[in-house]
Amino acid sequence: MSSLLLMRDIDEPGLADIAVYERRGGYKSLRKALAMTSDAVLAELDASGLRGRGGAGFPAGRKASFLPKGDMDKYLVCNADESEPGTFKDRELMQKSPHMLIEGIVIAAHAAGVNHAFIYIRGEYEEQAKILDLAIAQARANGYIGERILGSGVSLSLVLHRGAGAYICGEETGLLDSLEGKRGNPRLKPPFPAIEGLYGGPTLINNVETLATMPHIIEMGGAKYAKLGVSGSSGTKVVSVSGHVTRPGNYEIDLGIPSREIIYDLAGGPPAGRQVKLWFPGGSSAPVLTAEDLDVPYDFDSLAKAGSMLGSGAIIVVDDSTPVLDVALKLAKFYRHESCGKCTPCREGTNWTVRMLERIDGGEATPMDLDIMASVQDHIIGNCLCVLGDAMAMPIGSMIVKFRDEFEAHLQSRQLAGAI
Amino acid sequence: MSPSNGGGAGFEYNQELGGRAIPRSRDGSRSPGWDDPVDLDKDPAAVPDPALIDVPPELRREFEEIIGRYPERHSAALPVLAAAQRHHGWCSPQAILQAASVMRVTPGYLTSVATFYDMFELAPSGRHQVYVCTNISCSLRGADELYAALEAAVDGDPDINVRHFECLGACDIAPMVSVDQVYYGPLQTSDAERLVADLRAEREPLPELALALRPNADAALEEDEAAK
Repeated sequence: MSSLLLMRDIDEPGLADIAVYERRGGYKSLRKALAMTSDAVLAELDASGLRGRGGAGFPAGRKASFLPKGDMDKYLVCNADESEPGTFKDRELMQKSPHMLIEGIVIAAHAAGVNHAFIYIRGEYEEQAKILDLAIAQARANGYIGERILGSGVSLSLVLHRGAGAYICGEETGLLDSLEGKRGNPRLKPPFPAIEGLYGGPTLINNVETLATMPHIIEMGGAKYAKLGVSGSSGTKVVSVSGHVTRPGNYEIDLGIPSREIIYDLAGGPPAGRQVKLWFPGGSSAPVLTAEDLDVPYDFDSLAKAGSMLGSGAIIVVDDSTPVLDVALKLAKFYRHESCGKCTPCREGTNWTVRMLERIDGGEATPMDLDIMASVQDHIIGNCLCVLGDAMAMPIGSMIVKFRDEFEAHLQSRQLAGAI
Repeated sequence: MSPSNGGGAGFEYNQELGGRAIPRSRDGSRSPGWDDPVDLDKDPAAVPDPALIDVPPELRREFEEIIGRYPERHSAALPVLAAAQRHHGWCSPQAILQAASVMRVTPGYLTSVATFYDMFELAPSGRHQVYVCTNISCSLRGADELYAALEAAVDGDPDINVRHFECLGACDIAPMVSVDQVYYGPLQTSDAERLVADLRAEREPLPELALALRPNADAALEEDEAAK
C-alpha cells in the first residue's frame, strides 16, 4: 500500500479548523522552516526531487530558485484554478485541509523570499473559497500570516482571488493577466514569470498540491521524501480517477506503481462485463493510452516513454460501451469553447476539428478527412503562445492513430444509414 | 455615403431580443462597416464621472473593500463584477457603469472582461443558477441525459437558469450539478424533477447529495472491502 502524506488525515472531522489542524501536528513544519535560512529551505525542496503537480512536472525547487534575489516586490501565486477535465484533487485538498495549503504557501514564500501571495481559485469553487477565507482569517489571527510571522523576519500578505470561469486561466501567464484584472490571455514567453510576472515583478506560480506537499517535505527532510516513489518521480501523488470505474475518487499513491493497480484495485475498474477501451493518464489533455498500456508504471518518465504524460494526475477511464468519436467530439467542443482566440492555430484548429468530427458523425466525410484532421493537429502543436491548442491536438491526434479503424467504420455506417 | 455609425449615435440595445444587450450600430451590423471611416469626432471612452453615477451605498462599500485588497486597483475587476452581478442579477449596463465609476475605469474595459468569463451573465437571467457539468467524465456517466431531464423539468421557467458548464472539478460525484454555487451529486436522471421542485419551494435541493457530506474515496474503499 502507499504512504499517505497529503491524505493521511483528510477525513479527520473538523480538519479545516486551525485547532484540529494544529493538534494533528499542523504548522510544525512552518516553525521548523522559519528557523532555517531560505537557502536551506530551498535546498530541502531541491533534494526532495518534488516535481510540479499542476501538469508540466517541472522540478519545484529549481523553479523557486529562479526568482532573483534582492529587495524588489516579489509574488507567489497559488494556482487553484483546477479546470483540467477529470481533475478534482485540489478541490478535495482545499475543502478538507485548507491549512496544509496555507502552511505550504508560507514555506514556499520564505524559500523564494516573497512578501505577497495570492491564491487564484476558480470561481466555481465557491464552497472551497469560503472555507479558505475562514482558514486564512484563522491563520492571520494566530500569527501564521502577516508581519514578522512567529517572531521571525519573514512577512507575508495572502489574498484569495476568485476567478470567474475560464479554463485558460489555469495557464500560468493567462492566470497572471486574469489576476491583473484583464481577459485571461496567455503572454509571450520569455520573459518567464520568474523574471517578469505579476505586476511586472518576479513571480513564483505553483499548483495547490505542490504547495501542500511542502510541509511534509520540511517535516521529513528532502532526502527522505526523495526515497518515496521512484527515481525521477519522487514522492506521493494524489490521483483523481473518474469515468467508467466503480469507485471514482481521489487516491494518494506512491509514484511508480502499475497504472492497473490504480484503475482496478483502488478505483474498482470498469463495471462488470465491460473492458477498458482507452484511458487518459493525466487529464483530458494527455494523449490516450489503451488496455495494452495498463501495466505502465504511473510516474512522469514511464508515461512519457509510453507516449503520454502524467499531467495533472487525473485518470479518465472509458470502457468499450462508448464510441471513440463521442469522446473526441466532447473534448474538441470543450477546447473550442475555452480557446481564448489569441493565436490562430488554436482558435481555428479547435473549431475545424469540431466541424470535421461532426462531418464524420453525419456521414458526410471522406476517409481523407481523417488525414486532414490529423494534419490540423500537427499544425497546432508548438505553434501557439500556450499549450491549450496542444491540449486538444495531443489526445485527438492519438485517437486518430490508435482508433483509425473505428473512425472509418463509424463513418461507413453513417454513410450507409444515410444512403437508405 | 454617410458612415453607418456616424454622429456619435453609438450602439443601441435590441429590444426584440427581450432587451438582451447585443450592441448593434444603425445598419444592424455589430461594428462599423469595412469601408466606413472611424468617427474621429467621437469623444474617447471616458471614465464615468462618480458624481453623476448613483451607486447603492452598500454596493459601493463592497466595491471599495474589494479594491482595497489589491496593490493595483485593476486586479479587482473580477470580484467587483461578481459583486455587481450578485446585486443586479446580471452584468447589466447599469451594473457595469456603477462598477466602472467606483473602479475608475471605462465601462468598455469592464465589458471586455465580463464577456471573457463564463460565470458573468450578459443577459437577464433567473434567480437560480444550475450549472450541469457535461464534460467528459460526467457525460460518460449520463450527464447529457441529466441535462435534458433538467431542461424538461424547468420547462422554460425564467426563474431557473440551466446551463451546460465545462468540467466543474467534481468527477468523483459524476454526473453532478452546481446549484447556486453548491455542488450536488451523483444525480440520477429521475432526481431532476425533485431538484426543480425543491428550488421552486425555496428549499435546499437534494440535501443528501451535497458534496460537503462526502468522505474521501479511500474511505469508500475500506467500506467496500469490509462489506466483502
